[in-house]
Amino acid sequence: MLRPRIIPCLLVRNKGLVKTVKFGASKYVGDPINAVKIFNEKEADELIVMDIDATTSGSGPDFGMIEKLAAECRMPLCYGGGIKSVEQAKTIIGLGVEKVALSSAVLEKPSLVSQIAEEIGSQSVVVVLDVKKRFLGARYDIHIRNAKVNTGICPIDFARTLEKLGVGEIVVNSIDNDGVMKGYDLSVTRQVREAVSVPVTVLGGAGALSDIRSLIEKFGVIGAASGSLFVFKGVYKAVLINYPAQTLKDDLIRAAMGLER
Amino acid sequence: MIAIIDYGLGNVLAFVNVYKRLNIPVLVAKTADDLLRATALVLPGVGSFDHAMQQLNLSGMRPAIERLVLLQSVPILGVCVGMQMLANSSEEGRMPGLGWVAGKVRKFDVQNMPRGTNLPHMGWNDVRPLVDGGLFEGMEQDARFYFLHSYYFEPIQQSDILASTDCGVEFSCAVRHNNVYGVQFHPEKSHHYGSRLLSNFAKL
Repeated sequence: MLRPRIIPCLLVRNKGLVKTVKFGASKYVGDPINAVKIFNEKEADELIVMDIDATTSGSGPDFGMIEKLAAECRMPLCYGGGIKSVEQAKTIIGLGVEKVALSSAVLEKPSLVSQIAEEIGSQSVVVVLDVKKRFLGARYDIHIRNAKVNTGICPIDFARTLEKLGVGEIVVNSIDNDGVMKGYDLSVTRQVREAVSVPVTVLGGAGALSDIRSLIEKFGVIGAASGSLFVFKGVYKAVLINYPAQTLKDDLIRAAMGLER
Repeated sequence: MIAIIDYGLGNVLAFVNVYKRLNIPVLVAKTADDLLRATALVLPGVGSFDHAMQQLNLSGMRPAIERLVLLQSVPILGVCVGMQMLANSSEEGRMPGLGWVAGKVRKFDVQNMPRGTNLPHMGWNDVRPLVDGGLFEGMEQDARFYFLHSYYFEPIQQSDILASTDCGVEFSCAVRHNNVYGVQFHPEKSHHYGSRLLSNFAKL
């Protein structure tokens, strides 16, 4: 049986690991390599690493850092941040990264998805949609550049476009729920999920394993990603890199999917 | 010594790191000369089929690899696209494959799969070995491996299938013909299950 994926998402800023709240204030939580080592020991399903300054600062991907992370990582790695070209994507895959995540650049130039997919294969092309609910009404917009620019583009429509262009996975990242730890946005998840047949991963809002369980109960095989849940412990958010042990994870998935032991 | 074939594609370092942790000597082969001491080969691969075949041809190592595999019967393990390259051809490209395990690489068709199946096949899935021992020697009951692909290997001979996986449809996730082995999943990224498989390969 294909299993739902439970994925720590690490944010990098100035080579350090940080965690944001609603894409704003960031708290330093440690060294990325050290975190990767811990997730290796915990046998995490996958890892997402996003360099959140690479696009806005214009510096582009830090290939040296990516190479070090990939060499250390004993689980599949998805890297995002500052990728604007086919060449950059190819270089990153060549460094031993399984998947590249695109965001701002794709909103400006959607055809980048098919160009990159042609070179590295659809399975390795991920697009992260940073979504925010409108103040009035039920609609969502995609925001780019660390949520500083509202594109006014509907994530559900755009997800369909991405699928046609050959995307391999869509990560739906809720700006409103980022770092809030009160659960995923199940409404936007359902809408994107129903629109496409590529794997969907949800990010933003998980504060407890029960949030992941609720997500899997509703959607079955899906990617459940989280930053806060796997870097903080307790109500005071003490930094503690953590991940559920395999037996706990297996039990959670079995219960959520209604499977017999 | 196990040689990881470095033709510019695939996660060479990940294999090196797994073997280092297992205390199994390993070398990275970038030229035909590097292959002189090889007693087993790992052929990684990512990206598109034609690109991978082209890179292998351009590497200058192909004649040496063919000599080792076909004349000296050195074991080789193809991984992901490296496995697909062992086939005769692929629906993904126009170039011929190595043809060491008779078969064709096909694309999963979402139309033929149960409703709600997501493609690409991405994530941790069970692997059902059809034969005892070999690559799957001593593997735990709940062994799972990481998959990331849209194309799959369809062998011509049933006897070449080592293991199968169900991702909506059943497909051959591991194949073997004589000394040529291939796995669709990523053992180098499959934690202790993958280490076990790579350790088993080293003992063949």
